[in-house]
Amino acid sequence: MAIKMNVGEALIDAVMGYAIVFLGIALLVLVVALVGKAMTAKAAKPLHAAPAPAPAPVQEPPKPTAPGAAGDLKLYDTPDRDAAMIMAIVADELKIPINELRFISIREVHRK
Amino acid sequence: MDKILETLKGLWTDSGFYLFFVGDGWKSLVMIAVACVLLYLGIKKKFEPLLLVGIAFGCLLTNLPGAGLYHMELWDEFLNESSPYFHSYGRILREGGLIDILYIGVKAGVYPSLIFIGVGAMTDFGPLIANPKSFFLGAAAQFGVFFAFFGAVLLGFTGPAAAAIGIIGGADGPTSILTATLLAPALLGPIAIAAYSYMALIPMIQPPIMRLLTTEKERAVKMEQLREVSKTEKIVFPIVVAAFVILLLPSTAPLIGCLMFGNLLRETGVTERLSDVAQNALMNIVTLFLGISVGATTVASRFLTIETLKIVALGLIAFCFSTIGGLLVGKLMYKLSGGKINPLIGAAGVSAVPMAARVAQVEGQKANPSNFLLMHAMGPNVAGVIGSAIAAGFLIKVFGA
Repeated sequence: MAIKMNVGEALIDAVMGYAIVFLGIALLVLVVALVGKAMTAKAAKPLHAAPAPAPAPVQEPPKPTAPGAAGDLKLYDTPDRDAAMIMAIVADELKIPINELRFISIREVHRK
Repeated sequence: MDKILETLKGLWTDSGFYLFFVGDGWKSLVMIAVACVLLYLGIKKKFEPLLLVGIAFGCLLTNLPGAGLYHMELWDEFLNESSPYFHSYGRILREGGLIDILYIGVKAGVYPSLIFIGVGAMTDFGPLIANPKSFFLGAAAQFGVFFAFFGAVLLGFTGPAAAAIGIIGGADGPTSILTATLLAPALLGPIAIAAYSYMALIPMIQPPIMRLLTTEKERAVKMEQLREVSKTEKIVFPIVVAAFVILLLPSTAPLIGCLMFGNLLRETGVTERLSDVAQNALMNIVTLFLGISVGATTVASRFLTIETLKIVALGLIAFCFSTIGGLLVGKLMYKLSGGKINPLIGAAGVSAVPMAARVAQVEGQKANPSNFLLMHAMGPNVAGVIGSAIAAGFLIKVFGA
């Protein structure tokens, strides 16, 4: 026969459980943030260490809004036709009508 | 002539139709009606159909008198410490029906964990890595778990049963099933049905609470774009999280271990075939077995009780209070960040992925049509999966002995 639980004991367990979840998550945040910091620092290091750093990439001037775009879509190295195709594919894959999606920018990624 | 009549009589008394009118047979008819309602909700209303249709059909099969696909009495003896068949899978294999054999996967906690491999393989933790503060919203949204647990104790449930009911508030089906299997196997049917039904009802349950607890100004907040997360970070994340959380709370190992394993398959870039199998074939096969075998536990004599009604009510309370917990901490973060965090994303901390994040997106856009919260809400949403696994791990640890 299962034993019913004391209300006071249940309250303590509930509060303690919620606190443990927070504590565990807080520690996890700390660990994830530390790992993230270490990763980003490692990724940034070679740039600082380079003896003659390459000139900073010139900030591209703000692109005009793509013709016919609903919103403020900006295209970088992407022809209008390709952009239209990409947006249509994304809408089709997501099964969301294209007019319910918002594309901010489309940029061609150049592999080094 | 007598021989013919006797044969016909024998056929009639052996038939399920006859058994409906013997003893508590009418209860089976009620359960068949319940199964039909669940099938309607799954097929017509599309309430979590992948699982609800299986659960409903399992419910239908198990309540057809004489079908003999699932034998509750075998499992009662399996769980009875004084029985010679205590924990005897051999007897289940020898004497059980088809669903008894499939149910072994639930009983051994295999299906929920395998589903978590698929969930991990389908989850992008990028938004969470980019903004680790989202983790707190995933933790906050476990409020309903502990609130409902306390409520269940007040309503007279035992500690383990209350813990299994409370975890419905985690809005995570596999976690609910695993916890119920370990802590309150007799309540598995109603708990699973409540969990999946409320998950499907999130777009109806959450918005009124969101509008009640937040101002128009808060809901309209546009959040800054998330930073880009490197491939290496995404690969390291599941390894670190699995090791850290399991070391902290070993009882979370089946859930967190499988979730993070699935995610690692997704992110490594060298196990695409395995990731694909985990996301599709494995997930579908396990969902199929899980649904039908969980549905089969809804035997009329166990399901048609006041306790089921209490579980259904407590499940709703759990979902509401989880949403409230997430929103309140979201509001706190809004204040602390000087209005940079939209508190609506707190409601996405209940883990129902990606439904809860979509609800936050929709509500945010109603307040500000140029608001795009989906990616921001995905952080707390996937954090909720980890949060509910930790909550379940705690409850299993405390009440599992």
